[in-house]
Amino acid sequence: MNEMTPPKSERAAALKGLGTSRKRVEDARFTQGKGNYVDDLKLPGMLFGDFVRSPYPHAYVKSINTDAAMAVPGVVAVLTAADLEPLGLHWMPTLAGDKQMVLADGKVLFQGQEVAFVVASDRYAAADAVELVEVEYEEQPVLVDPFKAEIEGAPVLREDIADNLEGAHGARRHPNHIFTWEAGEKEQTEAVIGDADVVAEEMIYYHRTHPCPLETCGAVASMDKVNGKLTLHGTFQAPHAVRTVASLISGIAEHNIRVISPDIGGGFGNKVGVYPGYVCAIVASIVTGKPVKWVEDRIENLTSTAFARDYWMQGKIAATKEGKITGLWCHTTADHGAFDACADPTKFPAGFMNICTGSYDIPTAYLCVDGIYTNKAPGGVAYRCSFRVTEAAYFIERMIEVLAIKLDMDAAELRRINFIKKDQFPYQSALGWEYDSGDYHTAWDQALNAVNYKQLREEQAQRLEDFKAGKTRTLMGIGLTHFTEIVGAGPVKNCDILGLGMFDSCEIRIHPTGSAIARLGTISQGQGHATTFAQILASEIGIPADDITLEEGDTDTAPYGLGTYGSRSTPVAGAATAMAGRKIRAKAQMIAAYLLEVHDDDVEWDVDRFVVKGAPERFKTMKEIAFASYNQAIPGVEPGLEAVSYYDPPNMTYPFGAYICVLDINVDTGTADIRTFYALDDCGTRINPMIIEGQVHGGLTEALAIAMGQEIAYDDMGNVKTGSLMDFFIPTSWETPNYITDFTTTPSPHHPIGAKGVGESPNVGGVPAFSNAVHDAFRSFGLTQTHMPHDHWRIWKTANGLGLHD
Amino acid sequence: MEKMHLKLTVNGEQVETLAEPRELLIHVLRERLDITGPHIGCETSHCGACTVDMDGKSVKSCTVFAAQANGADITTIEGLGNPDGLHVLQEMFKEHHGLQCGFCTPGMITRAYRLLQENPDPTEEEVRFGMAGNLCRCTGYQNIVKSILAAAAEMNAAKEAAQ
Repeated sequence: MNEMTPPKSERAAALKGLGTSRKRVEDARFTQGKGNYVDDLKLPGMLFGDFVRSPYPHAYVKSINTDAAMAVPGVVAVLTAADLEPLGLHWMPTLAGDKQMVLADGKVLFQGQEVAFVVASDRYAAADAVELVEVEYEEQPVLVDPFKAEIEGAPVLREDIADNLEGAHGARRHPNHIFTWEAGEKEQTEAVIGDADVVAEEMIYYHRTHPCPLETCGAVASMDKVNGKLTLHGTFQAPHAVRTVASLISGIAEHNIRVISPDIGGGFGNKVGVYPGYVCAIVASIVTGKPVKWVEDRIENLTSTAFARDYWMQGKIAATKEGKITGLWCHTTADHGAFDACADPTKFPAGFMNICTGSYDIPTAYLCVDGIYTNKAPGGVAYRCSFRVTEAAYFIERMIEVLAIKLDMDAAELRRINFIKKDQFPYQSALGWEYDSGDYHTAWDQALNAVNYKQLREEQAQRLEDFKAGKTRTLMGIGLTHFTEIVGAGPVKNCDILGLGMFDSCEIRIHPTGSAIARLGTISQGQGHATTFAQILASEIGIPADDITLEEGDTDTAPYGLGTYGSRSTPVAGAATAMAGRKIRAKAQMIAAYLLEVHDDDVEWDVDRFVVKGAPERFKTMKEIAFASYNQAIPGVEPGLEAVSYYDPPNMTYPFGAYICVLDINVDTGTADIRTFYALDDCGTRINPMIIEGQVHGGLTEALAIAMGQEIAYDDMGNVKTGSLMDFFIPTSWETPNYITDFTTTPSPHHPIGAKGVGESPNVGGVPAFSNAVHDAFRSFGLTQTHMPHDHWRIWKTANGLGLHD
Repeated sequence: MEKMHLKLTVNGEQVETLAEPRELLIHVLRERLDITGPHIGCETSHCGACTVDMDGKSVKSCTVFAAQANGADITTIEGLGNPDGLHVLQEMFKEHHGLQCGFCTPGMITRAYRLLQENPDPTEEEVRFGMAGNLCRCTGYQNIVKSILAAAAEMNAAKEAAQ
């Protein structure tokens, strides 16, 4: 090394690459109120759309009179299904192979369903007119309980497909039945359960909830009739897929559609689907020739777009008397609402629910899921989780606890003796997945030691004694969870959405002066892609992250990709980024060798440059190479320095973690005071520890909400009871604890940089940890299962039911 | 509906506009005055994304009528920094990863600004209580609280140095 070359470590640090807690480049604009969200957009002549929605959960629409609404000053149009029908847009395809009404076509199937779309010069005129649209309804019997969907005399909801007994996912046995999906070995599993020493059986309900990002869904459609181009700005987690779908359903050629996802104020799965508001905004813009904005309000958001969960999971788990699990059986009744609008890969109508064997070596298993129509809003999205993975994790982590009670065993020990061992990876699960890597025992021991588990149990026993002696009215609960996720969908051979393979992409251009721009097929909703993907590239191509611009979300410029959800950005687009970077480096090597007048193989990579092997004083930096690529005529090498990679992952990635929650429950008030929450995550290679920790804090707080109070609840008549933030629980800074984060690192063997994804782990692992802690507090009083959410009222009722108020 | 003539001071500047009396302050700011920093998250006063400072108090501008705001002195996130740089709260939110999607951030920082006027040296508990009117779905608040406490410490140190 000559004096001019700073040491390796110094040069590597200057790149701010992998493993650096680099500060976010997004924050300058967000902290100054200079973000650009869809509702900030103001186009010349822009009109506002607003919906007339059904007050009834099930009714025929007899007539719609728009005269009074049209008379409101400023109102330009009122669209109904009759207006959309000639365009074939009164119904639209869902992501799950079903179809959904855009505007009520003769009947309504859930409270809040879109009936008419008012277009006006401002939002106040539109809201006034919405009140004046006269709709005559004829109420019908309502189906709320999915277990009553197939009984005799049950109302038929989807008359449009009542006679069609072959659905998108196979045979339907009743007009209210959507699909049956199975995995594993039924007979073998039932035989194992029949012969087992011990069997624990329980119904585990994961209630209906909602992603509820702080920014609701919205779009601005702008049809330019002069050049025939449609520009659609919107809250889209998958802008390219939206472009393709918009083209297919509207008939507008795909090259004439430009979809732009601007800054997005949180997604959490809410912004994956296609909603009637988007379609109506497009039609209204075509009809009026003006840009049309539609942004839903919070009540509309909670009641009509994208619920999550609502899985009734009947489980049986078999074990030897020593606690070795021999079999797992699960039947799930999935309440899908009025249309099957789940956001799942085509071949997986129940998502990746078959990850429900969790972190355990379970030799035999069987899973069956029945999808059911009810008079509730459509959805079934992955609320901060990979497709149905949080349901699966909650199921197995509750079943383990239930089994521990049956065996009278410590739940930590029961987990330990059943974990898949490190040397069993890659591990073939009984329900069909190949787990790529893991080291569960190490993580588990680290977690138990960190919280001093043994001492906690002693303290809990003492507390119980004090409680029984009348010295305290609080009980202590210790909630354990070891979860395994399956993310990074996914391999094109078995993962697609509407026929679009779930690869992702990155395109890189190096500028002559040695800085760069990279564009991806994903879109950040707060994850900080502009920060972290530049870090991946910095390590790959030796250009400082600060000199790399990241762009996403504009389909006219970004390469095609399937977007950001299901923790797929890092596993898939992150891999594409690394691979595109490696293409850049391969070409840079040829250029460097030419400039250094040696053979290609005689130079080697050194952080930010190529050096001649054995002669480190002879080198070319990436900055020099970049310039040379633009100004030298190099034989056999094209000018410029660009690359694109479309990455089709060979497998999913399998992040895991060990979470422990300690809480104190006041049996008289039903309040749960979270004392400690420890979260150990193994997401493989860590790109930006600061951002990982932030993701964990946020995901845990969503888990806290779901486990402890958040739900979308319906009454027996199909009315939504939780339609505003008054009733729909979102924790404030006051209720939210501080979290302790920790990690182990088990890189993914098939990912180019070994990363696995982390954004959704805390929601997947957090919900069972909170819930198990509540259950654990009451374990010695005979409680085995009580349904979430564990709000104060329900906890009080549990205590009361166990006789603790006597 | 007949419009009224509104006069406001927004971020130190006198502004005038016509608006219906029933219009909400957040709509006047965002749509008539093009001040899009404050956001709309719920329209029911729960989430705090629309928080602005009005006559020395934090208000949720989605539940203030334009008519009520006539003559008021309003500060939004756009008015917190100065030409020399960012407000220390803005700096500390960047430094301590106090934001992710950024949608709650303008309301959050504007509320924190008033909180630190009311209580320049708050405990963590006081910050958590004083910020409870502003919801965040991304961060779990841990780093928001850290950012605000760090800003308070910086502001107090600067004050001490000036004395």
